[in-house]
Amino acid sequence: MRILVEPRRQPSRRLWTLTPILALVLTMAIATALFAALGYDAADSFMAFFVSPLTDLTGLTELAVKGAPLLMIAAGLAMAFRAGVSNIGAEGQLIMGAVAGGGVALAFWEQSGPWILPLMALAGIGGGMAWAAIPAFLRVRFAVSEILTSLMLTYVADLFLNLLVYGPWRDPDGMNFPQSRLFNDDETLGILVDGTRLHTGTLVALVLALAVWVVMTRSLLGFRIRTVGASAAAARYAGFGNDRVIWFTLLASGGLAGLAGLFEVAGPIGQIIPQITPGYGFTAIIVAFLGRLHPLGIVPAALVVALSYIGGENAQVLVGLPKAVTGVVQGLLLFILLASDFLVRYRLRLARRAGAAA
Amino acid sequence: MRAMSPIPSIKPAPRLEARGITKRFGALAANEAIDFAVEPGEIHALLGENGAGKSTLVKILYGLLQADEGEMLWNGRETRIASPRAARALGIGMVFQHFSLFEAMSVLENVALGLDRPGPGLAERVRDVSRTYSLPLDPDRMVSTLSIGERQRIEIVRCLLQSPRLLILDEPTSVLTPQEADALFGTLRLLAADGCAILYISHKLDEIRALCDRATILRGGKVVGRCVPAETPVRQMAQMMIGSGLRDAVAKTTRPAGAVRLKVQGLDLPPATLHGTALRDIGFELRAGEILGIAGVAGNGQGELQQALSGERPVRQADAVMIDAVPAGDRDAAWRRRRGLCCVPEERNGHAAVPEFSLIDNAFLTAHDRADLVSRGLVRRDRARALTRRIIADCDVRAAGPDAAAATLSGGNLQKFILGRELAQDPAVLVVAQPTWGVDTNAAAAIHQALVGLAEAGGAVVVISQDLDELLMLSDRIAVLQGGTLSATLPTDGLSSEHLGLLMGGAGAAAAP
Repeated sequence: MRILVEPRRQPSRRLWTLTPILALVLTMAIATALFAALGYDAADSFMAFFVSPLTDLTGLTELAVKGAPLLMIAAGLAMAFRAGVSNIGAEGQLIMGAVAGGGVALAFWEQSGPWILPLMALAGIGGGMAWAAIPAFLRVRFAVSEILTSLMLTYVADLFLNLLVYGPWRDPDGMNFPQSRLFNDDETLGILVDGTRLHTGTLVALVLALAVWVVMTRSLLGFRIRTVGASAAAARYAGFGNDRVIWFTLLASGGLAGLAGLFEVAGPIGQIIPQITPGYGFTAIIVAFLGRLHPLGIVPAALVVALSYIGGENAQVLVGLPKAVTGVVQGLLLFILLASDFLVRYRLRLARRAGAAA
Repeated sequence: MRAMSPIPSIKPAPRLEARGITKRFGALAANEAIDFAVEPGEIHALLGENGAGKSTLVKILYGLLQADEGEMLWNGRETRIASPRAARALGIGMVFQHFSLFEAMSVLENVALGLDRPGPGLAERVRDVSRTYSLPLDPDRMVSTLSIGERQRIEIVRCLLQSPRLLILDEPTSVLTPQEADALFGTLRLLAADGCAILYISHKLDEIRALCDRATILRGGKVVGRCVPAETPVRQMAQMMIGSGLRDAVAKTTRPAGAVRLKVQGLDLPPATLHGTALRDIGFELRAGEILGIAGVAGNGQGELQQALSGERPVRQADAVMIDAVPAGDRDAAWRRRRGLCCVPEERNGHAAVPEFSLIDNAFLTAHDRADLVSRGLVRRDRARALTRRIIADCDVRAAGPDAAAATLSGGNLQKFILGRELAQDPAVLVVAQPTWGVDTNAAAAIHQALVGLAEAGGAVVVISQDLDELLMLSDRIAVLQGGTLSATLPTDGLSSEHLGLLMGGAGAAAAP
């Protein structure tokens, strides 16, 4: 007996949309089994990780706070992935957006006025775009894989951020801690619900995801993006300017990541510190695929993945689970999703060794 | 004189006999109670329109599908062909119409992958077979760099390497020159003389008359007739195949030639890939109402020429391509389409259409500009749907509806759809490559009619084809593309396919009449 892998003639559309949910349920089950195998009470850790963050106002608003950057970045990445452009470096683009936008805040720290925040946002978008422009140029001009360049530039961005925070941008009154000055009130995002960290950036993220949805499903631009990703030859035949689509999707995803970075420093953090992101730029890749690269699917996907961040912290505090479980659960989710995608497109069949006798 | 013995003479059993083969897909019976037999040493034609059930039958014979009812006898013994591997083990070889080749691998690697037991010295054997059967093939070339004609040779060589006892060929000559086709027929006759049975699927009735010993004709999944092609008039075979309503091939009429719509001069294009063909100093003029045929063997720059004309690969000199006297050489395909130059490339799936997109999206793909399907950057979906419905209705496209994916259409239907899409844009100049490759007779006639209709309406048409009969029938003038250079254009009247064949083979001087 052996196992044959065969492509399915007609992969089921319904399964295709249901597998993310299936993957989520399986992830919860396996994670809980894992907690139990580590010697923790299964019920307690399940509750702490997956349920309790959803039971109070703080938990729910934190879900939105953590989901917003994931949503914004994943919406941009979904556009790029649809075009067949593998931007893996959103983390670096996020950092450069925070640096550029935060730099504006530091430059005007003594000023006030409603113009500062929009200026910071523009600078944040510009920073992310500039960082994504490097892989775009290399890909279009020299056919260098954007997977490698965008990923490697992430580490450059991280070191550049450290250089600034440990050097020129260190708060002169900050007891020598590697932190910038605190942003002033005109440089921070407004709070939507008193007593929580829910900021206006979450609304912007939602609006931007909807905008991406309109672009991708209704506009000529979105059609171009989908065509380039589906068939480069057909796109060239239609005259869709494949290089322009590569530029656009990299700049758009970089810009959205940059804005997400700016919202972090101008929102929950309020200053520039060495650690402005717990890996949002990478985790957003999971969000994009979990949401089926569909701007509307990405909204629930972002909340699910945000839950893994909050649940991880909760489980550390309440049950004493190690910090690494957050990464483990996120990894499990992606792994199971990809595995079930495989089974949607292929089926396994047991076959007798003899093959077919004549 | 004694009466003949009632005992039939001892005759060897058929190589393969099918009895009462039935295959249903849901309510549709693709094959219904099909009986036929192929004898050793016989070249047997399987005739039928697209959708007649030929592909289903052939897939059953090759083990890709299982019949619901019926039995098969191999050399007189009942057998079950459970898989292509089992078919090959019996000695059945198959040359498919759509090739299964890995583009990123060499010819030799592809041959080896198709064999159940490649064995040593394969490169030498490939060279031997390709020499013996006049199928020139370099084992070290990458498949991605080969033309469709060259790719087909890989498939044929791969089959011949396994010394098949029954060889099935699906439309094998559609990409060959007459000389090459003759060489292939020589090969097939040699094989048949060796006792190999050959099942030959084609729409080209002349070819079947010249080559095949017997023919089985399918229509609507049933056997509707059997004949000896050499003794049966072509028209009668066509009638059996199509039933009622046989369309006559377009009669050539002389059209008044108008102003120059497309002018190409000094067009050079480097090859896109390592083994591609460079275009050198291509030049021709095309007037309104004219059809220019570009003949040539696959792999002599046809793909490059199509891309250079459509704008998929622009060049530096703007005046290398002039559309209605406007320089367009350095413009992309979208710009040229806006100026009225539309194109139907050779590959339908993945070039002329996106396989996984719906027909609506595929109509939108090129027609969005000239058919006014975009308003302020947004897709006008109602108009796109209406246009798609119109193309489906006007061109008699058999599809589940406007939302069906392009990949679900048969080759002929997708081709009709694509041509309909380009014609719906009212082109000034239309460039078509291999318009009727793998398309059944009726669809081919409809396509030819549409091209002539466009010329009569004042359009200018370039037909790049390897089907000389098609070019001789359609074109006012013909030029031959050979090794990336284009010959002078010759008026079609008085041209013979032999003369063109020699030009295509690169024997320009020898071909002078």
